[in-house]
Amino acid sequence: MSLNSSLHQLKEKYKGTKMAPAFNALHTFLYMPNETTKNGTHIKSVDDLKRTMNTVIMALVPCLIFGMFNAGFQHYAALGTPVDFLSWDAFWIGIIKVLPLVAVSYGVGLAIEFLFAVIKGHEVEEGYLVTGMLVPLIVPVDLPLWMLAVAVTFGVVIGKEVFGGTGMNILNPALTIRAFLFFAYPTWMSGDKVWVHGAVERAGTADAISGETILGSYAQNADITYSLSDMFFGFIPGSVGETSKLLIIFGALFLIFTKIGSWRIIMSTIVGALVMGLIFNGVVDAGWISGGSKFYGLMSVPFWQHLLIGSILFGAVYMATDPVTASQTNKGKLIYGFLIGFISILIRVFNPAYPEGVFLAILLMNVFAPTIDHYVVQGNVKKRMKRLQTKTV
Amino acid sequence: MSTDISIKTGLDIKLKGAAKPFVDAAIKSKYFAVKPSDFHGIIPKLILKEGESVKAGEAIFYDKSNEAIKFVAPASGKIIEIARGEKRRILSIKIEADSTQSMLDHGKLDVSSASAEEIKAKLLSSGCWPFIKQRPYDIIANPTSEPKSIFISAHATAPLAASNEVVLKGHEEALQTALDALAKLTKGLIHVGIPSSGESIFGGMSGVVTHKIKGPHPSGNVGTLINKIDPVNKGEVVWTISPQDLVIIGKLLLTGEFDATRVIAFCGSSVSEPRYMQTKIGAELSTILYDKGIEQSDHVRIIMGNVLTGKQSAPDGYVDFYNNSLTVIPEGDDYELFGWNKPVFDKISSTRALTFSWLFPNKEYDLNTNTNGEHRAFVVTGNYEAVFPLDIYPMQLLKSCMYKDLDEMEALGMYEVAPEDFALTEFVCVSKQPHQEIIREGLDLMIKEIG
Repeated sequence: MSLNSSLHQLKEKYKGTKMAPAFNALHTFLYMPNETTKNGTHIKSVDDLKRTMNTVIMALVPCLIFGMFNAGFQHYAALGTPVDFLSWDAFWIGIIKVLPLVAVSYGVGLAIEFLFAVIKGHEVEEGYLVTGMLVPLIVPVDLPLWMLAVAVTFGVVIGKEVFGGTGMNILNPALTIRAFLFFAYPTWMSGDKVWVHGAVERAGTADAISGETILGSYAQNADITYSLSDMFFGFIPGSVGETSKLLIIFGALFLIFTKIGSWRIIMSTIVGALVMGLIFNGVVDAGWISGGSKFYGLMSVPFWQHLLIGSILFGAVYMATDPVTASQTNKGKLIYGFLIGFISILIRVFNPAYPEGVFLAILLMNVFAPTIDHYVVQGNVKKRMKRLQTKTV
Repeated sequence: MSTDISIKTGLDIKLKGAAKPFVDAAIKSKYFAVKPSDFHGIIPKLILKEGESVKAGEAIFYDKSNEAIKFVAPASGKIIEIARGEKRRILSIKIEADSTQSMLDHGKLDVSSASAEEIKAKLLSSGCWPFIKQRPYDIIANPTSEPKSIFISAHATAPLAASNEVVLKGHEEALQTALDALAKLTKGLIHVGIPSSGESIFGGMSGVVTHKIKGPHPSGNVGTLINKIDPVNKGEVVWTISPQDLVIIGKLLLTGEFDATRVIAFCGSSVSEPRYMQTKIGAELSTILYDKGIEQSDHVRIIMGNVLTGKQSAPDGYVDFYNNSLTVIPEGDDYELFGWNKPVFDKISSTRALTFSWLFPNKEYDLNTNTNGEHRAFVVTGNYEAVFPLDIYPMQLLKSCMYKDLDEMEALGMYEVAPEDFALTEFVCVSKQPHQEIIREGLDLMIKEIG
């Protein structure tokens, strides 16, 4: 008996039982189900949620692999014994430090998804496939695994399941997880020690190494030791997967080309960031701020370089575009994206204790997305009302 | 004041098995059936009983809430069965046809001198009225209301749709008569959508405003035409009617007989010789299906109508009252290994997520009934708008129907839509939501609560 028919028989056997969703999740992972249309359209397009999510994951894989190499590269560079970027030594650090983050993120998150599906009797939904991949890419490499597990549990349960699961949540689950980590364990999520593997455990000892990010340096008005090309290609410390702007741009082009990611959100977020950067540059040029101000460093960054530092690009391409938590109307997406970019740079500059504002800006706009949509849709409603009034007059 | 319409958003679904433009006569059907379920929202009250004989065009039942609307037998013979379902709801009225058909004479009507009331009365008593539908609600028109205008789409853009040129050929006189009659029922205009290229039979008709329509499906949907020309506001009514039904109305006015003869497209990738068939409303589908069509053993989906809006049927089903195509495609109840992530070349997609239908815009596809994935909550946004040309927010309207907020449904444009307007959004839906069903239930709720 073939695998196909034996799985089919198992499916029939488990039908209606508590474990059916768990079994079906594994079954549909292997085989597209044998479900057919009823009435309504008798044919359906080939796109389903699994394919959609899978496309986003494909766009993330290059960032993950780069992040694995970069983890080792930054580690050895900080130790003063640099290795080649594409070396086994560098990759090995990635394997022992980054892969466990991926495993814990998926393991814990999917376990909770399965648990909720079995309890609530609905199918396991695909939303976590992308969240599970995003989470390891937006945390520092040395984050203890138990913290990640706690945060993932919080994020999936409070951020998503209590609202009804995939498609119902208000806040981006991956960013909810990051926000939880940031506010629960701030010493592990910011500062100059967490971004390079080994920096935390050596802190205070004779072998202490620094893992300052570029944003951190700017915030302290310190000198920047990385070149623009390092920033662009991603040979800098930072969260695991968000350093290489080149790969993020490739990912963005892939998502836009496949029509999975919204070009409206990506484009308007970048525009919003540039506009805010220009405003700050203008403030500096006008001489309204003195060189001694603690905001001077970040304000004087040429506006376009804001895109190369921090995680604004990663956020714009992979986070802001989450269709569930973003604005849902085309016009709304433009406003939503613009405000994310705008507020990200605002928080980045005026929050020196924690110089990156992207995740806060996106979470904030997640909350406001329904409001934006409301006013966009009201425009359509008003047009209809007006049509009626001119008719009756 | 003819305006041309150009639609940019939409999707042409090109399928294998388009009907070749010649008409075959179908085998005479021994049994005919009238199904009240063809007429959405009516409650049938029987006039004739089981065992009684009936003439073609004789009323069999009327609508309980509007007794003037009569429904007639498509063929003469004996009523052999009245099938009932739950709560004694009438499922179908089955007629065994006489070998020689006798037609009930409703009497000719000279349209040019007849009044609106006379025309209305004639259409109501002869069983032609149900061909006229109304918006809002996409139901049979209320004969006491006056429409602000009447819309006809003579531009068939649905997948494998019957060509109006083939179906209407030779019926110019009947068409003109029917249009003249309808013109007396409205103070407004009769708008007809015609293809932007090629000749249309409606080009030569008088008393109508023709609009040339360009662009992908759903440019040929009558709902698109209404939305672009004269959208329905609250309190207003427009009527719609299909071109092939005008022929039956026209013939009735010219001859006094209800002639249920209809040319339908017999199409789909499972049909060995797709072509047009001349048959009658109510005829058994087996009289068409096995004639150079399908084998009895074929594992196929028989659809009365097109693949987007048609109804699932069977060989012992019947030609329904409104649809003019019979589509047969393969069933898709099989598993596909890694079907969700492997590159796909043989199915249609509105994205490019390892799907390659965008590379071959002119390829004809052989699609089956597989859902290509499981039902999910709404997740993806923006893809409906790409195939939805109406000035309405589709997802917001669907959601308002799901949580049954009547005020919001009204504000978002529920009076303007019919289920078929949501066929393409349903086709591309990543979450596999039943859009047309959601809209239909929403409309029914509005009828019940608002009226």
